Amino acid sequence: MGRLLFHLLVAAMMVFLLAPVLLVIPMSFSADRVLAWPPSGFSFKWYVAMMQERGLAEAARNSVILAVIVTAATLAIALPAALALDRWQFAGRDAVLALLTAPLLLPTIVLALALLIIFVGAGLLGTWPGLMLAHMLVTLPYGVRVLSTALSTLPPSVEEAAASLGAPPAAVFRRITLPLMVPGLVATCAIVFLVSFDEVVISLFLVGPHLVTLPVALFRYVESRTDPMVAAVSTLLVVFSLAIVLVLDRAVGLRRAVGK
Amino acid sequence: MPIASRIALALLLPAMLVNLAVFLLPMGNLALLSFREANAGGAMLEGVTLATWGKMFSDIFYAQLVLDSVVIALSITVLTLLCSYPIALFIYRAPDRWKNILIVACISPLLVSAVVRTYGWMVILGDRGIIAAMLRGLGMERAPRMVFNTTGVVVGLVEILMPYMILALIAGFGRLNASLEEAASSLGARPFAVFRRVVLPLTLPGIMLGCLLAFVLAVSSFITPKLLGGGRVFLLATEIYDQAIVTLNWPVAAALSIVVLVIFGFALMLYGRLARAVA
Repeated sequence: MGRLLFHLLVAAMMVFLLAPVLLVIPMSFSADRVLAWPPSGFSFKWYVAMMQERGLAEAARNSVILAVIVTAATLAIALPAALALDRWQFAGRDAVLALLTAPLLLPTIVLALALLIIFVGAGLLGTWPGLMLAHMLVTLPYGVRVLSTALSTLPPSVEEAAASLGAPPAAVFRRITLPLMVPGLVATCAIVFLVSFDEVVISLFLVGPHLVTLPVALFRYVESRTDPMVAAVSTLLVVFSLAIVLVLDRAVGLRRAVGK
Repeated sequence: MPIASRIALALLLPAMLVNLAVFLLPMGNLALLSFREANAGGAMLEGVTLATWGKMFSDIFYAQLVLDSVVIALSITVLTLLCSYPIALFIYRAPDRWKNILIVACISPLLVSAVVRTYGWMVILGDRGIIAAMLRGLGMERAPRMVFNTTGVVVGLVEILMPYMILALIAGFGRLNASLEEAASSLGARPFAVFRRVVLPLTLPGIMLGCLLAFVLAVSSFITPKLLGGGRVFLLATEIYDQAIVTLNWPVAAALSIVVLVIFGFALMLYGRLARAVA
């Protein structure tokens, strides 16, 4: 009796947790003009409307381009840093790691405000370099963390063997370390891409009239109107996120990727 | 400096420079800005002053804002704990094969943007949403309003914070052991007594960690209060946004940000004390 009640409670809470994501999917096929449940009929009209909404398509394109640039830049900067942190014991190593990951501990609204004020003075508001730098504030900690974890799990013996056979350090890195790190690199790319693609609070403070990202466009749309079009966009986003996670899982295994 | 250190420094330099440009410098500037003052048009006045902080402490609006934010964040924390605890306990006791699937199911909402999940709650709680339809089906003439007020914000944030809470709880359940529960019940303890005297104390570390996480995320959350609050729920984060983007009073926004960080500090300190007391 008590056991049954407990299981019912668990099931109810799981439904509560998953309901908003799952309900968006049937809602996206609604034939109504407003958000209403149950939909009076089903259609693809909101998917068509989504395609025709010019601002949205442009925002989606911006978000993808930005996330790709941010991923490449984060990788280029985080990989050397993770190497230094993993391979050299130096004074202040822990402090450096703490500083590089500190932005994750602070509320994004505060970070966003701090960046806004600096960017206005530097003329970076609503520009590509500005948004890229701002996203790197939150992606760099993830990059450093995940890559450090990946590096620390590599067996040092293989690198030592290569070095003892006369390979110069650069060759050891390129021929041994890098290939062994591929799972960690894939995981980093996926996580950084998703974090950048999803980033909304900081972007909201820093976008300009000519440069808007998809989450910001969605936020503004939901703020002003509530119709099923956002459900159509959301459904595509859910499918898109799932696809990335599946790729990640296929490539490296989900548990290994998040450093467990 | 030895060669190795110089190489390490060179490798770290780009990351440190980015950190300096987008983190240390802006945050330092933000702290300084709270000691400036802006006029009604948003233009910064010359000189260092305590006027902005004076306004913070003397204007009852800000005291109310801080109080409301903390009270709402605390309510959200307690509700998130109540909703997450059964799931976490169930997952922790599940066989390994099921464990992974259940954990993935619980953290999968994290992959969906907060905007989308908040929108999902509008579908459910809205005036023509699912709950309203169900209440009408039960014969209620007018369903109570559940969006654009505190109710909506609380429900939405509880759901959004549940994955974090569940993960923290499971991480902190390490001391829980089925044989202890069996021992207690074989000695004649009723199920509720086993829970209160054995399970609850052993899971306290997880509960505290989860509550810390949920509280700091709730007190600084922005997207959900802004969208589900519909501009009628005033919390610290929404006020920071309004002051920064609408009113253009940066010193006030900066001071409010410092207040949020101070609340973070208090929460961390309290957590540290409690964690030591329990350990």
